[in-house]
Amino acid sequence: MTVATPPDYTDTASAAGPTRPAAVARLFASMAGEGLLAKIVWTFLSIGLFAGLWEFCWAAGWADPKLLPPPHIFLGSIVEQAKFFNTATRWQVGQSMNAGPSAFESVMITVGATTMRVFVGLLIASVLGIGVGILIRYSNLFDKLVLPTVTLLSPVSPIAWLPVAIFLFGIGNGPAIFMVVVALFFHMVLATVTQIDGVSPNLINVARTVGATKRQIYGRVILPAILPGMLAVLRMNLFGAWMVVLVAESTGVGYGLGQVIMLARNTFNPSLVFFTIAVIGLLGFTFDWLLRQAQRRILYWLPDTKGKLRGL
Amino acid sequence: MASSPPTFSSKDAVVCRNVGKTWSAGTSRAHEALRGIDLDVKPNEFVVFLGPSGCGKSTLLYLIAGLEEATGGSIWSFSDKVETPSPERSLIFQETSLFPWLTVWENVSFGLSIRGASRAERRAVAEEALQRVGLKAAMEKRPDELSGGMRQRVAVARALAMRPKVLLMDEPFAALDVQTRARMQDFLLDVWRDSGASVLFVTHHIDEAVALADRVVVFTARPGRIKTIVPVDLPRPRDLFSREAEALRIELTDLLRDEVDRAFAEQEGLASVA
Repeated sequence: MTVATPPDYTDTASAAGPTRPAAVARLFASMAGEGLLAKIVWTFLSIGLFAGLWEFCWAAGWADPKLLPPPHIFLGSIVEQAKFFNTATRWQVGQSMNAGPSAFESVMITVGATTMRVFVGLLIASVLGIGVGILIRYSNLFDKLVLPTVTLLSPVSPIAWLPVAIFLFGIGNGPAIFMVVVALFFHMVLATVTQIDGVSPNLINVARTVGATKRQIYGRVILPAILPGMLAVLRMNLFGAWMVVLVAESTGVGYGLGQVIMLARNTFNPSLVFFTIAVIGLLGFTFDWLLRQAQRRILYWLPDTKGKLRGL
Repeated sequence: MASSPPTFSSKDAVVCRNVGKTWSAGTSRAHEALRGIDLDVKPNEFVVFLGPSGCGKSTLLYLIAGLEEATGGSIWSFSDKVETPSPERSLIFQETSLFPWLTVWENVSFGLSIRGASRAERRAVAEEALQRVGLKAAMEKRPDELSGGMRQRVAVARALAMRPKVLLMDEPFAALDVQTRARMQDFLLDVWRDSGASVLFVTHHIDEAVALADRVVVFTARPGRIKTIVPVDLPRPRDLFSREAEALRIELTDLLRDEVDRAFAEQEGLASVA
């Protein structure tokens, strides 16, 4: 009987020395693994493949550059496009077109404003959602009074809240943050309730046996037990927040990435649309990565998550 | 038998009088798990509950622990009526019940931290309890770094740290492999001797009953009633391959077979109705 041995790439590579094929072999070997290098290589390969397909369509004449400008066009005109960012500051009465922040500063101000709205909204929605969710399970009366309304409101699209946001908060940061909160809050409440219901009854019974009070059981057993699930929910909601904030901003918050998209639409500027989409994608990707790093530190006791996250 | 008056003055570790439990009582899904249980467990006695799956033996353990409420009859422990859970009656579960976010010693001293004990005191108690289960070296580890058998030993240490008078064990070794289980049985007997606590141990393994019990309580199929109580007077440490042990195994197997047959017949009846 022959025993199949897995091919040992690293050995052949080191034996061959630092020649070109060896380096290539090492690259392929690392791509088979779960290491940091492999992740980076695969990430770029994935994006590169998508961009390459797009470029090919343009080169073949299938994609009209006026409607679907490929990456080299919309990224090539960054400096030109950047002046459309931070329009509120630039177009204030008495400001000339060239006064105010530079192109780079404009992009940063816009990105910063949108990011701030995402995070403030996410923070408020999380604190309120988790708090109300825990209260629903903690107090029977609160459950009966609140849960039906929460369930009733949770399928309502955030778009429907848009007029309410404007009625209540007018124009500015207020309505955008309100939109993020309202889009996430109800789901956070329901997710928290589901997580609490999923806590192993054994853990709760252990605490009951040693004489823990209801408050102690919630604080010392239920809260840490639902934390992994809640962080997973939070990660999903981070994406949700990015989606909603653009809708909110597109309706006249002053400035923000959503506003830039709206401007691009009104001025028929596909390059600006795709550039903004690229910026949003990069931001979402980065914050998701940061959140997973935080998750890894907070959930120190989860072995499998740790293993998976080390690969980043 | 069921008419014997409740003995409030009894110093027995556990006294059950006419105990019954019906789940979802008063609804269409009501089903009777236990009926008319009368049982006296002496201090430092090792009692094994043996019965077919779903006969309510685990339910009885939860009732004695005070984690569930009986729908009939009464339970006393050392002449105190059982109404709420108590650290004196610690339940050890089949599945791992350690807090994954705490270290081993923090798990063991969880009960003390609930009472507000100082860190030094908690550490000292945890160290002593872990010493008794032979896991002092694993104090700083987390539950996921331990094997299944080690985790159950930590669970036992956690119960011991609260100085229980009654240890309730719900198939604690069912998830372990056969070799580990045999070792864990020896270990449990040592702990039992040292602690002086009574042990109520649920299993559906006849070998486990023969190895551990002072008395074996055999349950009927649903609703669970006590079919018979078999005293085991094999000397300890036990030779599980002796003629007497073999005779006991055969006796218990016969007792159980009828009930398992009845449980199967009932399940088939339900299946044909459905």
